[in-house]
Amino acid sequence: MTKDFEPLIIGFTCNWCSYRAADMAGTARLKYPPNVRLIRLMCSGRIDPSFILKALAGGADGVLITGCHPGECHYLEQNYKALRRVKLLKRTLAPFGINPDRVKLVWASAAEGVKLAREIGVFVEEIRELGPLNWPARSTPEINPVVEEVEEVAG
Amino acid sequence: MAENKERIGVYVCHCGTNIAGVVDVEEVARWAKENLGDQGVVISKDYKFMCSSLGQDMIQADIQKEGLTRVVVAACSPHLHEKTFRVAAERAGLNPYLTELASIREQVSWVHKDKVVATEKSKAVVAGAVSRVVMHEPLEPIIVPIAEPTLVVGGGIAGIQAALEIANAGHPVYLVEREPSIGGHMAQFDKTFPTLDCSACILTPRMSEAGTHPNITLLTYAEVEQVDGFVGNFDVTIRQKARCVDTDACTGCGICEQKCPKKVIDDVFEVGLGYRKAIYTPFDQAVPKYPVIDRENCTYFEKGTCRVCEKFCPTDAINFEQEDEIIEINVGNIILATGYDLFDARRIPQYGYGRLANVFTSLEFERMTNAAGPTSGDILLRDGKTVPKSVGIIHCVGSRDRNYNNYCSAICCMQSLKFAHLVDERTSATVYNFYIDMRTPAKDYDEFYQRVLDEGTLFVRGKVAEVTDAARISGEEGKLIVQVEDTLAGKQRRIPLDMVILSAALEPRHDAYETAHKFGIACSANGWFTEKHPKLDPVATMTEGIFIAGAATGPKDIPASVSQGSAAAARVLSYIERGELALEPVRAMINQEQCSGCRICNDLCPYNAILFHEDQMVSEINQALCQGCGTCVAACPAGAITGTVFSDKQVFAQIDGLLFLEKSALVPEMA
Repeated sequence: MTKDFEPLIIGFTCNWCSYRAADMAGTARLKYPPNVRLIRLMCSGRIDPSFILKALAGGADGVLITGCHPGECHYLEQNYKALRRVKLLKRTLAPFGINPDRVKLVWASAAEGVKLAREIGVFVEEIRELGPLNWPARSTPEINPVVEEVEEVAG
Repeated sequence: MAENKERIGVYVCHCGTNIAGVVDVEEVARWAKENLGDQGVVISKDYKFMCSSLGQDMIQADIQKEGLTRVVVAACSPHLHEKTFRVAAERAGLNPYLTELASIREQVSWVHKDKVVATEKSKAVVAGAVSRVVMHEPLEPIIVPIAEPTLVVGGGIAGIQAALEIANAGHPVYLVEREPSIGGHMAQFDKTFPTLDCSACILTPRMSEAGTHPNITLLTYAEVEQVDGFVGNFDVTIRQKARCVDTDACTGCGICEQKCPKKVIDDVFEVGLGYRKAIYTPFDQAVPKYPVIDRENCTYFEKGTCRVCEKFCPTDAINFEQEDEIIEINVGNIILATGYDLFDARRIPQYGYGRLANVFTSLEFERMTNAAGPTSGDILLRDGKTVPKSVGIIHCVGSRDRNYNNYCSAICCMQSLKFAHLVDERTSATVYNFYIDMRTPAKDYDEFYQRVLDEGTLFVRGKVAEVTDAARISGEEGKLIVQVEDTLAGKQRRIPLDMVILSAALEPRHDAYETAHKFGIACSANGWFTEKHPKLDPVATMTEGIFIAGAATGPKDIPASVSQGSAAAARVLSYIERGELALEPVRAMINQEQCSGCRICNDLCPYNAILFHEDQMVSEINQALCQGCGTCVAACPAGAITGTVFSDKQVFAQIDGLLFLEKSALVPEMA
């Protein structure tokens, strides 16, 4: 593991809960590590496994997906679909040699700025432990087609 | 990417020192111009307050003079100023959706300390926004017509107020209440603080106005079962529970109630202190005046004989065969004013409620002081005879207590002062208030506190540890002893009293979560309905067309509940008057050429917005029903579904942009 390794994390947030939690963390001037860069989606149910693969293939060391608590989805129940997709994707990651722990799903309501900030801190440390992913650089003949496919889908 | 075609302007806001204090905004602007030229950035500027009219003018001038085709503003959260800059772009002739707001305040300057790292992260966020905005498409807002009728759920004072405001403006309102009468908690009170107005005297005129208003359809003893649709066009299914009374025939004479032989403890209106009959109206001034038969306790429904009410009814209004009725209505807007539940004081066993007879809850005491209540307004011990010689009122029971609720219930201090005054007025008893902090912050509230102080009520500052009947020293026998740390005197005290009143917390309705889910809105961690914005939009919710008012949004007294009822009505009226509403065009669409007809998306949609055309074997999304969550977009194996505003292309581009910088630029910030 590199000693001064700083993880780079892409976070996907739901417009209605976790993005607002991030706003709230800001308003309350809570501090969390700067290693995460957030993308707003309308719902965690919008999460497409290729978003996660794209982020990892593009240089991210981890991907954080945040959504409304079960039972509190703005779109009634789409966070359950995010849960299913993330679980399936994690199973798919292992055969590629990627530790499934690099992808994490966290529930954070719009009122939980404190929780979101804490979870970001925890995840950054977890990824720091795992070390750099370096997926594009390490890519092997087995992985290349996958990366290409992801790139292709990405346009 | 057709980068050279686009002419993008990047505008980095200082936000005074909010951003510029941590992020080197000049550097971010310089960097964007220098490094993102390939993507089409032709202008990059920083400015003190981008949202000011001067800032907006600058952007508009650039759009017109420099021919900008896209605009990125790096400033605060899009939830604050996205609309501002969209409107500014539109004024300059640019489609408003060709803008992007990059949050470098909430997500950078306010949450990070290290200037170098924060500046680098800001560059990444700006790069993400630039990549993304290139993929934006010009869009038009979706215009939806607003149906004129409004549904108000909850017939307490907040709901009544909201219904009357809308009805008086000439628009139809359905007012749904689950109890047999409207009135809510306010109908149970005797006096209201700080003016000591008689609660019924000020409430009942409003109740009867709501009950007789030509524009209000009153549906009491009814509950909303299902809500479909969206702002402007909600289809609502309401269950009208069987009253077993024909309301067309009933005159509300009350003979049935007098003659009914079955007495039932009234757990709702009289909070267990009094009785009602199996056929009843909750109180004398109930609106509507028609009684209901409580089928669980009616002798006829239990044993098959009795029918005394039917025998005595002069207008043959009793109908045992009546069944629940399902009513379907279409409304444009909905106001939820479903109120609160009182904290169950049994949950604090050391205060003895339910075990020690002369410990009362605040609502029990309200009923006791009410002239129409179980003791006709006399303050008496549980035996119904003895007038107490000493009374203690405990504040913050279940509030400001991390074991139960962290929040302050807002009304209890004033309510406790009111109780102290009423005890003083009606008995010669000594009154103690046990408080943590005295909170009387509204018009004439602190003056009332002074008045109660002058009346000789005693105040002990400290949280009560225990209420017990175990006497230890002489003078305590047969009394309730309040064990409390007097934090002002700095000592423990044991105060023997005849009666203890617990000012219990206001809690969200036990079914608040189910209600929120039914109407598609959110609850806070405590269970109160969540506002769109706690300060600037306190009666709207994240769901367009659903508004909230009164104690359902958090503990509130009567003036605040009434204000919110009026505020919610004003919001609804503005929608009705406009007749239509422009919605964000965040929608999903299926390219039918690409659709394979697999139907995977069909079951994923929570709004049943996706229809399958059997003849063509393709799916189609109903644009009016789609809410734009994007779940189907992500699920489509053929990539045939596109989501506007959050398309695959846009998200992929943003990922690329966010990872544009060398990650080595990051240095550790937090130890």
